Amino acid sequence: MKTTRRDFIKISSLGIGGLALSTSPILGWVPSFLKEDDNTPDDSTAKRYPNYCEVCFWNCAGWVYTNKDKDGNEKIWKIIGNDDDPNSNGRFCPRGTGGIGMYYDKDRLRKPLKRVTGEDGNQTFVEIEWDEAIDIVAKKMKEIKTKYGPESFALFKHGTSGKHFATLFKAYGSKNMAGPAYSQCKAPREEGFRMTFGHPLHSPEPLDIRNTRCLVLIGSHLGENMHNGQVQEMSEAIENGASIITVDPRFSTAASKSKFWLPIKPSTDIALLLAWMHVIIKEKRYDIDYVEKNTSGFEQLKNHVKNFTPEWAYGITTIKPDIIRKTAREMAAASPAVIIHPGRHATWYGDDTQRSRAIAILNALLGSWGRRGGFFNPEKAKLPKYPMPAFPKPKWSWRDIAPDKYPLAKMGVTNLLIDGSHPDKKEGHKIKAWFVVGTNLPVTIPNSKRTIEAIHNQEFIVVVDTMPSEMAGYADIVLPEATYLERYDDLRLAQHREPTIALRMPAAKPYAETRPGWKMCKDIAGKLGLSEYFNYNDYSEVLDWQLKKIGSSLDEMKEIGVMKLDRKYNDLYFHEHMEHEFETPTGKIEFYSNGMLAAGFAPMPVYTKHPEPPKGFYRLIYGRAPMHTFSRTTNNPYLMELMKENALWVNPKTAKDWGLKTGQRVWLQNHQGAVSTFSIAVRVTERIRQDSVYMVHGFGRLNKKLTKGYGAGISDTEMVTDVKIDKETGSTGMRSNFVTFLTEEPEKKEKTV
Amino acid sequence: MRYGMAIDTRKCVGCSDCVVACQTENSIPHGYTRDWISETVEGMYPNLALEIRSERCNHCDDTPCVRTCPTGSSHIIEGGIVKVTHEECIGCGACIESCPYDARYFHPEGYVDKCTFCDHRVKNGQDPACVSVCPTHCMYFGDLDDPNSEISKVVAKNKVKVLAPEAGTKPQIFYLV
Ligand code: SF4
Ligand code: SF4
Ligand code: SF4
Repeated sequence: MKTTRRDFIKISSLGIGGLALSTSPILGWVPSFLKEDDNTPDDSTAKRYPNYCEVCFWNCAGWVYTNKDKDGNEKIWKIIGNDDDPNSNGRFCPRGTGGIGMYYDKDRLRKPLKRVTGEDGNQTFVEIEWDEAIDIVAKKMKEIKTKYGPESFALFKHGTSGKHFATLFKAYGSKNMAGPAYSQCKAPREEGFRMTFGHPLHSPEPLDIRNTRCLVLIGSHLGENMHNGQVQEMSEAIENGASIITVDPRFSTAASKSKFWLPIKPSTDIALLLAWMHVIIKEKRYDIDYVEKNTSGFEQLKNHVKNFTPEWAYGITTIKPDIIRKTAREMAAASPAVIIHPGRHATWYGDDTQRSRAIAILNALLGSWGRRGGFFNPEKAKLPKYPMPAFPKPKWSWRDIAPDKYPLAKMGVTNLLIDGSHPDKKEGHKIKAWFVVGTNLPVTIPNSKRTIEAIHNQEFIVVVDTMPSEMAGYADIVLPEATYLERYDDLRLAQHREPTIALRMPAAKPYAETRPGWKMCKDIAGKLGLSEYFNYNDYSEVLDWQLKKIGSSLDEMKEIGVMKLDRKYNDLYFHEHMEHEFETPTGKIEFYSNGMLAAGFAPMPVYTKHPEPPKGFYRLIYGRAPMHTFSRTTNNPYLMELMKENALWVNPKTAKDWGLKTGQRVWLQNHQGAVSTFSIAVRVTERIRQDSVYMVHGFGRLNKKLTKGYGAGISDTEMVTDVKIDKETGSTGMRSNFVTFLTEEPEKKEKTV
Repeated sequence: MRYGMAIDTRKCVGCSDCVVACQTENSIPHGYTRDWISETVEGMYPNLALEIRSERCNHCDDTPCVRTCPTGSSHIIEGGIVKVTHEECIGCGACIESCPYDARYFHPEGYVDKCTFCDHRVKNGQDPACVSVCPTHCMYFGDLDDPNSEISKVVAKNKVKVLAPEAGTKPQIFYLV
């Protein structure tokens, strides 16, 4: 076998395609400037600035190196992890390493933009000065406040700088704020675990993967999802000989490293989880002492799962009974050093809180919560709050948009704010204006048609972003933000085995006329008479004030980047001789939840049958690739080189039925008639079930200003119109859509922004 | 002294961090790369095997690339690292033709470029950029001549293979399988 780069390109034409390896011009080249091959700059001539990554929520802490370019200008060179950081252990993931692409992206927003309507009725953006932009935003905020009350202005946010805007909104009088990280991602998991253990998991999840003996991945494709510390610990677990059980309709990277791969029929996880409980209880393989001491409702659970035999589950999940038994025994043998991974993106079928409850309960049966090799008890550093006045009390909040719905939601529900913004909202509280910070709603919230209808129903929309996102295309005012590499932000206080504090500071001046979020908030607040909430000239003063209160300083943090603190309590794991009080109504881990019952939900998880693909349709599964974070990176010049578009994974049998070949471009249509704007390359592979197709989320960008991302592949969000709402938390189930292939280009509708 | 690498395919997740880290460390222009990821899938659903490899120049013991270079620009430095002196390279491409691994590319500035094992880091006692960034710790770099080095132990203890041994270049990158 000759291993060539070209092979690689073929495999992932899909991946690195487009490398101009053989086509670079060399003819006629004259060595006019000579380059020493040994003058590659090394770290000794570089400067470094601490930062923590903003390419995903994991927020790894590291160093941004700069060195001098040919013209002697100091330029950002590379980003390396900080060895003292428990989130990264000194090693960033590819997205974090490629984070400099966010700085160097040629398509970045440069200057504030204002929507204007020309004489011909066409709308365009014109560049305006910051003073004018801030004036317009402040005036509109005043106007909305006078006309409807401040509550009618909603804030959608994601990421670290969202916190500054949250302060601005609370000061202004609105608590109508939400981010897709909850209702489009982890809400069911957080509330399912809260209802069981009295405690959600937060980020990074306190999973003791490196000490585990058995890792069960059900709804997690760790390794393709590069949640950094977890991937590192999974590798350590492999090295230590732990067994991995992967439940996935697709032969994921993790599946390839597993002792057992269970290619489950999508939408049937709860049946498998119940059958596992059945085996573990029936064969008395649960942690008897732990269950007796720490849990409530065991008898009810035992009775509940009595009939959920592996044979019953086989008909539902397509997983053979002996495999269900074998895997149940495998995890029980490792108990309590076993983790049924809680996943993260858990908004799938509309019964997602119940699914997460089932995962939580299985962990509790095996005694893994609070145990070495299971779930540890994290600690987080505390810092004094920079002084500011108390916030006014809003008259209503997101919950009042639909007071009877989603009783278990503990944070703002994005789609509820969209419901409150939509023209079909006739009664009650309404949202009239949006402030959108660092989140790309049309690509993130399923059913983009509805989101766009809500957008058109707004009187005013401000978008803060570093990139011309799809959302920015709908703004009245666009405020260009400096990236995390060019700004101060709050200190990172991440929970982990040991508490740490990490600093973000600029390694370069803000690009063009971009500004940090805190500066925008401070200036808007100034115009609204809310300056006392932003009582500083530069955000670094806030950090220095906080750090001095704990005996450190900004100067010290600039040297070390990450400060490691000692745990206050020696309770990383449970002490076997001690009693534990859980923050649940019974004070125990709740197998049976009266709280769920009282709120109108099943007190113990039940399996519900979900619709199956109609003939000729396939369930659309979406996920992540290690080098991308959704639409945040699908224009990044470094990361797009590694994967420049997504591909559609199709089983060879399905491909044969349709005559599809690898590399062939197809368009998709879902079971409700939605048609994709762009096409996608087929990847025929044995690595997926016949009834499903798979693609990586975040591609098929619609904004033409994104020179790399525009039209590259398909946006799965376009194909998700049939949304199943989780009644407990209001989160949006998005695995409920079926697609079929269109081998000819469908008639074009203008759909770009 | 003989530098080499061992890469544990059982741990590698194909994240390509090694690729980006090399590109930033060595300021490789967009569209080019010194290292890359290959995947091999074997079997039929549901009995499948997947091997993921991080690949680059094998810093071979027997080097057709150096032999065919008409200017002496392709050469071997201490520790067996195969390098190209950029200013002596005339860009004829003979080395590219002769390499069985497609490990070299034309740099847009007119010379041939390839993996250097990050010798600018190695001489300061650091690991190559790809090795130092790998989140799964699946890459090992060091002296294969020293039986006590980590890499020698890893190679001795595990089942290893090299790529395309039949090409006869005696590659010095070992894959743990
Ligand atoms: S996991 Fe990767 S993208 Fe996320 S914060 Fe860490 S380095 Fe950045
Ligand atoms: S960085 Fe490590 S895990 Fe990632 S592809 Fe490279 S060798 Fe594999
Ligand atoms: S891999 Fe190719 S370029 Fe590297 S030493 Fe061997 S023959 Fe030469």
